[in-house]
Amino acid sequence: MIGVGKIKQYSNVLDKPLSKGKQEVSLSAFAFLFSELVQYNQTQVDNIAELERRLEDAGYAVGARVLELLCHRDKGNRRETRLLGILSFVHSTVWKVLFGKVADSLEKGTEHEDEYMISEKELLVNKFISIPKDMGTFNCGAFVAGIVRGVLDSAGFPAVVTAHFVPMEGQQRPRTTILIKFAEEVLQREARLG
Amino acid sequence: MPPAAPRSGDAIFASVERVNAELFTLTYGAIVRQLLTDLEEVEEVNKQLDQMGYNIGIRLIDEFLAKSNVSRCVDFKETAEVIAKVGFKMFLGVTASVTNWDADGTCCSIVLEDNPLVDFVELPDTCQGLYYCNILSGVIRGALEMVSMKTEVTWIRDMLRGDDAYELQVKLLKQVPEEYPYKDDE
Repeated sequence: MIGVGKIKQYSNVLDKPLSKGKQEVSLSAFAFLFSELVQYNQTQVDNIAELERRLEDAGYAVGARVLELLCHRDKGNRRETRLLGILSFVHSTVWKVLFGKVADSLEKGTEHEDEYMISEKELLVNKFISIPKDMGTFNCGAFVAGIVRGVLDSAGFPAVVTAHFVPMEGQQRPRTTILIKFAEEVLQREARLG
Repeated sequence: MPPAAPRSGDAIFASVERVNAELFTLTYGAIVRQLLTDLEEVEEVNKQLDQMGYNIGIRLIDEFLAKSNVSRCVDFKETAEVIAKVGFKMFLGVTASVTNWDADGTCCSIVLEDNPLVDFVELPDTCQGLYYCNILSGVIRGALEMVSMKTEVTWIRDMLRGDDAYELQVKLLKQVPEEYPYKDDE
């Protein structure tokens, strides 16, 4: 019948058109959600290391999916195969999509060949979070470290990724550094590729 | 000074800081996945999501009232309209509509066409009883309880289960008058 409109029912989620990624929600909605994630995990663990691990695992799942989404949508199904390529992908594209800006800096570690650092003055997820003294060095940036680990792992660059606070001169809040330590096989492969 | 006029949902949404909806969607997905792994029972996960939503709602109402400048709602009809048009818009960036009012105006349905929580989501056969967006029902319940309304919020339609939209039924159980912790000495 002409004129009768019906919203198309997609029986399979894979048939639905992929969104352009421009939709937004308010920062406070995300902050509330993230705080519930942290609070829930606090009830499930006994110590800080466990809590960081759980946040990282949550972030890992996000990272794996972000890689799939971005490679398909923005990069035309091409994936980086070189170390510097994937690092700059994370530092620019992933950060831009998730947090609205590129990361503040990307540095190579001076002490070890396999270490790289992405720094951010104030991580979006830490914006409304304050860490009580008795939680020591706990950093909710572990969630972001998990996202980075998820992206790198799914792209074929296994690494250990952690988040650290680095106190800065003259600033009240410390800077956050995501430390990426690549596995041995990544460096060997990179050396072979020349 | 005259009270500030209430702002529309679009105006508030344009003025708050925003983040990419996909980060929000994926984070929510990670939460649901963690809950499913830990609790294993779909009913337990539903309850936990509702509880998390409740915790969010009791704090969200403060921000909502502060940013939106709405005056005291005259009746429940106005409350529902404000939730759908201003509340959903300013936090999730989507507009909902209110339908299906019952005879005494205590029960209505809020309908969402668009839901940023469920992008990319498909329910597997093992989780058919899951109300994936149950956090929303908790948020509404928590927020309304902080403004003295005890409500019951349930899902009527859920797109992940094959329906064509998301429909929440909000039922006002009772208005609890505010109790002051001290006696007013006139």
